[in-house]
Amino acid sequence: MPLIELKNLNKTFKTKTSSVRALNDVSLSVEKGDIFGIIGLSGAGKSTLIRCINLLERPDSGGVIIDGEDIIKLGEKEIRQKRKNIGMIFQHFNLFNSRTIAQNIAYPLRYGGLTDEQIENRVKELLEIVGLESKENGYPSQLSGGQKQRVGIARALAANPQILLCDEATSALDPKTTQSILALLKELNKKLGLTIVIVTHEMSVIKAICNKAAIMENGEVIEQGAIFDIFSVPRRKATKDFIATTSNLHKVYDLLEEDSPALHLSKGETLAYFSYIGRAAVESLISTVSVMFDVRINIIFGDLDLIQGMPMGGLIVIIGGTDANKQKTIDYVGQKGVKVEVLKQYD
Amino acid sequence: MIDLFFNIFPNMAGKGEELLLCTGQTLLMMFISGIISFAIGIVLGITLIVTMKGGILENVVFWTILDKIVNFFRSVPFIIMIALLIPVTRAIVGTAIGTTGAIVPLVFGTAPFFTRQMQAALAEIEKGSIEAAQSMGTSPLGIIFRIYFKESVPQIIRGVTITFISLVGLTAMAGAIGGGGLGDFAIRYGYQRYQTDVTIITVIILVALVTVIQSMGDFIIKKLSH
Ligand SMILES: Nc1ncnc2c1ncn2[C@@H]1O[C@H](COP(=O)(O)OP(=O)(O)OP(=O)(O)O)[C@@H](O)[C@H]1O
Ligand SMILES: [Mg+2]
Repeated sequence: MPLIELKNLNKTFKTKTSSVRALNDVSLSVEKGDIFGIIGLSGAGKSTLIRCINLLERPDSGGVIIDGEDIIKLGEKEIRQKRKNIGMIFQHFNLFNSRTIAQNIAYPLRYGGLTDEQIENRVKELLEIVGLESKENGYPSQLSGGQKQRVGIARALAANPQILLCDEATSALDPKTTQSILALLKELNKKLGLTIVIVTHEMSVIKAICNKAAIMENGEVIEQGAIFDIFSVPRRKATKDFIATTSNLHKVYDLLEEDSPALHLSKGETLAYFSYIGRAAVESLISTVSVMFDVRINIIFGDLDLIQGMPMGGLIVIIGGTDANKQKTIDYVGQKGVKVEVLKQYD
Repeated sequence: MIDLFFNIFPNMAGKGEELLLCTGQTLLMMFISGIISFAIGIVLGITLIVTMKGGILENVVFWTILDKIVNFFRSVPFIIMIALLIPVTRAIVGTAIGTTGAIVPLVFGTAPFFTRQMQAALAEIEKGSIEAAQSMGTSPLGIIFRIYFKESVPQIIRGVTITFISLVGLTAMAGAIGGGGLGDFAIRYGYQRYQTDVTIITVIILVALVTVIQSMGDFIIKKLSH
């Protein structure tokens, strides 16, 4: 049974002059222990969708089933109780500025029947988890963005929720800080078995920590599944565009456009793009084909990454040799599971 | 030193005790009407904030009515308000004159202003903080006390400071209808008997009062801000 199941959600925002269909029959399911990414361009409906999970946003129709129970059917009071099981962190952290770090983290624990001592111990524990032991008596205004988000995470986790919702949690942070926050989330997922749902517009975030993802466009989920499948066989243009943003290989198209000297070919040469997934041995494949078919293969640039532990990447190469041998090379490499795109021929 | 004082302010001779009494009356009027207006202002202010469009207890009809009422009282000039309220004042406190009689119009004149000040203070709470509290299962009442009030204490103090300063002016005006206090003192001697030096002394005391209120407010805000 999935931990979170969203069934046929619809939501339309009406203003005086217009109406926006923010969610259009959206369904998805998240298993316990997943790190589930939701990606889409601005206005795609990502925030609306994630906010439906804790009913900060009420869908017009559909079901929000958490741990087997449709929480839409519950009363206000019961919904508030359920929310304690669903932590949330935000792009702008949303800390309480008049409270110290410790008081921020203690917020969800107050009025919950715990003694002051129990609260204090739990706060200490959380500060340790997020690596901010020395800051407990400071105020949010004294922290950097990354530290603020750590406080946000500690506060969201204080009441021991099963689920953590993250709406653009790293979008206000620099790349290095983003990495450290993502690493923390991954660690929490492993250590505590925390189920995480992440909304982002950066495919690199999804690539870094998610095991599943959904791609949203105009209020619809246009593609969803395991990360590896999405990256290896993207079906929709929007998905491909997002994947392209995670590697520098797509820059080759810009270079071609501006007729860069780096890509100038001599007689008998062909420019090609080899892309591959789940194959570590492409470099050795290149030396194999150069010998087999008597071609020169010159790597212009390349990019290799790991998706869920599997290598994925591509190479931009210049192949030199006779037309027949080049064709044999391309066919052979293709048979080995490498996708080949010929970008340019000498003319 | 004392000789020098009476050389500059000759008409103050023999008025020391009365001045003290009048200052006391002004402070009393300010204090009582200030406290009552604060209570009304904070209740109406939070009510306007939570019932407005997008508020945690949105109720547009209720909000519109309340907003119009506050605006109505805001737009009546204070002097006219005093006259208008004479029967009401009599009904509530038994008299329409003197320090006691001044309190009712002072409350009516100040509470709407206070309401707007409180509304402005509470409006500074970011939507994100409310959302964070909601996401942690806080009830609307919890949000009012634990977020709106708790998180905007410095802004509320700022509103209180501004309101009390404007109360100094209103209290002096209430003197015009025999409300007692410093306004009454200045009018009786300074205005009606052309004793300008008495007016000047009154002004000095009022300016000092405003300065003290402002500095106290600033001091508290500084202590509480992070
Ligand atoms: N409260 C609201 N009132 C009116 N329209 C809204 C409201 N909230 C969202 N919308 C509209 O719904 C659509 C989806 O918004 P949403 O915030 O879910 O997008 P998003 O994918 O999170 O975008 P972003 O990346 O910019 O955060 C947008 O067109 C937005 O203008
Ligand atoms: Mg958003």
